[in-house]
Amino acid sequence: MANLFETIYTLWLREILRFVKSKSRVIGSGGQPLIWLAIIGVGFGSAFTFASGQHVSYITFMAPGIIGMTILFASIFTGVNIIWDRQFGFMKEILVSPVPRLGIVLGKIAGSTTVSLLAGLVVLAIVVIAGVIPLGMLSIIGIAIALLFMIVISSIFVAIGVIIASTVSSIEAYNVIINFLVLPVFFLSGALFPLSNAPLWMKALAATDPLLYGVDGLRGSLIGIHNSPIYLDFVAVLAIAVFFIAIADIAFRKIQSK
Amino acid sequence: MRNLVKRFGKFTALDGISFEVKEGEIFGLLGPNGAGKTTTISILSTTINLTSGHASIYNRDVVKSKDDARKLIGIVFQDPSLDEELTGRENLDFHARLYGIKGNDKREAIDRVLKLVELEDKADKQVKTYSGGMKRRLEIARGFMHKPKVLFLDEPTIGLDPQTRRKIWEYIVKLNKKEKLTILLTTHYMEEADAICSRIAIIDHGRIIRLDTAEKLKDSLGGDVIKIGTGNPKRLMAILKKCKLFGSIKEFNNGLEITTNNGSHAIPKIIELAKDAGIDVAYTTLNRPTLEDVFISLTGNAIREESASSADQLKANQEARDTRGKPI
Repeated sequence: MANLFETIYTLWLREILRFVKSKSRVIGSGGQPLIWLAIIGVGFGSAFTFASGQHVSYITFMAPGIIGMTILFASIFTGVNIIWDRQFGFMKEILVSPVPRLGIVLGKIAGSTTVSLLAGLVVLAIVVIAGVIPLGMLSIIGIAIALLFMIVISSIFVAIGVIIASTVSSIEAYNVIINFLVLPVFFLSGALFPLSNAPLWMKALAATDPLLYGVDGLRGSLIGIHNSPIYLDFVAVLAIAVFFIAIADIAFRKIQSK
Repeated sequence: MRNLVKRFGKFTALDGISFEVKEGEIFGLLGPNGAGKTTTISILSTTINLTSGHASIYNRDVVKSKDDARKLIGIVFQDPSLDEELTGRENLDFHARLYGIKGNDKREAIDRVLKLVELEDKADKQVKTYSGGMKRRLEIARGFMHKPKVLFLDEPTIGLDPQTRRKIWEYIVKLNKKEKLTILLTTHYMEEADAICSRIAIIDHGRIIRLDTAEKLKDSLGGDVIKIGTGNPKRLMAILKKCKLFGSIKEFNNGLEITTNNGSHAIPKIIELAKDAGIDVAYTTLNRPTLEDVFISLTGNAIREESASSADQLKANQEARDTRGKPI
């Protein structure tokens, strides 16, 4: 057991060290969502009347969704590091070492989750400072719950990244798959528009979107608007995270036997 | 290891290889590209599984008790396997943690190996700023910092300049002598294998063709070849044959070609005999067969095509690097 935690910590530490050395990554992953928020949020907000029946402006409604988006984008692209490590041979160094394989996967996921979480926190700080989410709406407990959601959402998409990176071997293939996945996941999550008036087929499809529960939880904890009880959202994301991490562990073991 | 067989689909990479490496030995694995050298090392280092057969390191089965075997081995892969974003010291630190070396032991181990490969003053620079030779030295340092019993070196000197190659072999011999480390290596540089390995296995098409010391392998070609230029080869041949000290003797234009075990001692003897008989000797040459001669005679002249040579692999990596940071 000690060995497992040691391994997780070692792999986590490496991700953090790498992250510290390339800070531009966090600016890049936080910058894009902010552009979405500024252009879509302001643009749509001024063009249409927001018909959600809620008491907040569109851009405020959208802000938690954008935090979810930041986490989604930052997390899912970290899988590329695994392909990277395979191409640069560093994966071999990890694989020949006498450490539990589960520790390698969990360490990778923990490291990437931490990095994505930082990106999410940067965006959260900016939307609060910019007044998009008024301070009055926030509570300490709300922020703490949002933080938990961010961690769990992030680990889901990092795990999905690990699964894909363990299955394909080229960066190009990885990017094609991710780009195919990431937009539907984002649009169906309710980040940009409430799904309450959407047609049934879209609601059904959205129900399979892990980010739906994440965004609902974030929105609930940050600005008090949600469709399902927050604890149910949390149970949902937690279950999904455990599921994908388990699959990631299996997929990662396959790399070795190739 | 006994009777290793590894198949990749229909392709049989290893076709029943068996050998045993003795403790404290430097064992060389020589063979053309695609002969199965890297596959053998990959199996022994637990990175790929066997199709059939059995391999163990100090009685730890490399398939059944992978982690036990892993603790006993250090490895330097054919292709680079460092984290280039991290510094040399951080790479070693990562390795130490994976192998459960902690605290003071870790600091000491890192300093010790850095000193051995003379990288102390570059240790805190990012690996991507290192030259090829420095990277290799760092990998060697890393390979033995957890004090393995066996060190695998897969073409440790490939693509390096002669100075660096020498230096690297120096470290390797030092490790073998000082730390009593058993070493199994592959290389394409025959002179180096000749100078360093206590025993050599030549493998081709997934089989061991010959396994022996470098000396015996060279002797298998029939020993040294002496050429003697003389105006009277027939008479000299008769004299030499009479004293029965030499192997085969052949005549060519104005000279003799003599095969013998100990060429450098035979030459003065021959000259003495010729002098006594009043025969002029115009010149003598001595050729010792090299390991390369043995290698070529055993594996033939045909050039092997390997699907992904290391050079190609490096190029692919480089291309991959160029696409890094591509926006989504």
